[in-house]
Amino acid sequence: MAQVVPAEGDMRRVIGDGEAQPDGEVEGLTDQDLLELYRAMVLLRTYDERSVVYHRQGRIGTYAIFWGHEAMQAGSFHALDREDWIFPSYRESAIGLLRGMPPETVLAWWRGHPAGWWDPREYGVASIAVPIATHVPHAVGFAWGKKLRGENGCAIAYFGDGATSEGAFHEGANFAAVMRAPVVLFCNNNGWAISTPVSAQTRAATLAGKAAGYGMPGVRVDGGDVLAVFEATRAAVARARAGEGPTLIEAVTYRCAPHATADDPSAYIDAERVEAERANECLGRYERYLRRLGLLGDDLVESIGGEAKEAMRAGIAAAEALPEPDPDLVTRNAYAE
Amino acid sequence: MEAVNDALLVEMERDDNVMVMGEDVGRAGGVFRATAGLLDRFGPDRCVDTPLAEAGILGTAVGLAMAGWRPVCEMQYESFSYPCLDQLICHVGRYRWRTNGKMEFPITIRMPTGGGVKAPELHEDSPETYYVHTPGIKVAIPSTPADAKGLLAAAIRSPDPVVIMEPKVLYRSPREEVPDGEHLVPLGQARIAREGDDVTLIAYGGMVAVAEQAADELEASAEVVDVRTLKPLDEETLLASVAKTGRAVIVQEAPRVAGFGAEIAALLAEKAILDLRGPVLRVTGYDAPFPFWSIEDEHIPSAARVVEAAEKLLSF
Ligand SMILES: Cc1ncc(C[n+]2csc(CCOP(=O)(O)OP(=O)(O)O)c2C)c(N)n1
Ligand SMILES: [Mg+2]
Repeated sequence: MAQVVPAEGDMRRVIGDGEAQPDGEVEGLTDQDLLELYRAMVLLRTYDERSVVYHRQGRIGTYAIFWGHEAMQAGSFHALDREDWIFPSYRESAIGLLRGMPPETVLAWWRGHPAGWWDPREYGVASIAVPIATHVPHAVGFAWGKKLRGENGCAIAYFGDGATSEGAFHEGANFAAVMRAPVVLFCNNNGWAISTPVSAQTRAATLAGKAAGYGMPGVRVDGGDVLAVFEATRAAVARARAGEGPTLIEAVTYRCAPHATADDPSAYIDAERVEAERANECLGRYERYLRRLGLLGDDLVESIGGEAKEAMRAGIAAAEALPEPDPDLVTRNAYAE
Repeated sequence: MEAVNDALLVEMERDDNVMVMGEDVGRAGGVFRATAGLLDRFGPDRCVDTPLAEAGILGTAVGLAMAGWRPVCEMQYESFSYPCLDQLICHVGRYRWRTNGKMEFPITIRMPTGGGVKAPELHEDSPETYYVHTPGIKVAIPSTPADAKGLLAAAIRSPDPVVIMEPKVLYRSPREEVPDGEHLVPLGQARIAREGDDVTLIAYGGMVAVAEQAADELEASAEVVDVRTLKPLDEETLLASVAKTGRAVIVQEAPRVAGFGAEIAALLAEKAILDLRGPVLRVTGYDAPFPFWSIEDEHIPSAARVVEAAEKLLSF
């Protein structure tokens, strides 16, 4: 499968800068879709920013910050149907919110409270995977299993750039291709695996290029451009639904926040680059785009932001009001019988 | 081996959600022929030749279970199951618990186990401890063809993940009566392989035959308990036997240190101390890699070593 994987500068870009770079548009997206995407990004951003505060206040435990990853999560999510299953890593801990999972549930997870251990069937969202890349084969098996049953529905697995060095990523990708599983392998390449830069993970020019080795298409997209992410995922989902098998998407961004609340990146990260990336972060970029289109004004920004903040206020209150977990849970649920 | 094949056939007939997957299980019917005929009977969707990737086999089985399947994964050899431990420990044993008990993961993992077949390096290990030690995983090791069928059927129907380790020496054992059709041996029930009064020989898998041979050779009357299911363990049967004889010798092919025999010994120390008339003894493999096969008989516990231990205990 010969394919040309675009270099960073040539990636498909939909959102321009209103000056030198003209805005593009994505066919088939209504104004309502565009605002829905914005609402999703704001909800995720608010979840993330509030969580960092809650952590500082001692109200949640260690937390994996996803500031700047909202475009990748919301954009790809928007390409899914309800019957499609999501297999998140810790970086996508709150992606269930986009499926109606209450913030309280995700906050409970980060509070180490069993109320955060949801039933994956309720939302079509698998449990948060902590060990890197090990959930990739789960998504593949699920998608393959759906296909074997003749049922609709595909799967998407989210993982990082570091994950592509793991055996589980390789085995999952290979199984996906061999079984023609209707799955999207979504790599958030944020440039870092804790303190290890992607240049220390691989000699390959791109992560998307690895797809060729499995006989599947690899797509590279600007992870800060929510519309480009949506478009790429929509195409991958369409391939999956058409029985054409898996796609590897590499969404390129740059991690502008610590790996997690316990991490101090000052020892390894390029502070100037972080500053530049922050100035061009995905939510602001999208907001400016919508304003240029005339779809978004101050009032709407305020009301959408207010709704998200209110959801988080209610969420943390509900999470803190949960009864103490039953100590018997320590020995329950490992076995059915 | 026919017993295993028969169990798979019967269970696949009985439940359309049961599927078999592994390396060379389809066209070749498995290197030990456990899955022979299943591809023709059930087609390539339910008898799947997978890529050569044990973690991938078990990892995709987790997803298959989430999609409603009951995967039966074959690990070609026990020693080549080690790559699957990552999935087993991180997910297979934890996923049900992680969903507050709401989702079931009815995954069966079959593998040959043990030595006695004079094969190259890493074809004769006894790794049951790794599996037993993993929360959320049940483990059974049959010692007869009938149990190989019945325990496998019970494993496939279990809502929990179960590892079935099939002693290779059993694959080559003489044919024995195996019940036709549906045959279940419930998990968690030990078997009295032979009744006796003076000493209890506790064994599982390939070591049951060794214990029985030792019982033949002993002058005293030995009871042989076949553990059958290592987890959940049938404590009652073990304790009742030791209460009767007052003496216990545990026979285990696996390396000695922290092997399953130590778990049984600890159980007896906790719950049978007043019944015991002497120390609990273990006859085991050594804390060394399973040897090259020309000297493997030195590693595998022999009837003579079991007799020696039992006699030492009887004269304690
Ligand atoms: C198997 C495994 N090894 C190590 C870790 C510890 N760890 C947690 S996050 C992380 C970095 C992962 O980087 P990447 O895949 O790029 O994802 P990101 O955190 O950037 O989203 C490491 C090494 C782990 N969770 N799992
Ligand atoms: Mg990363």
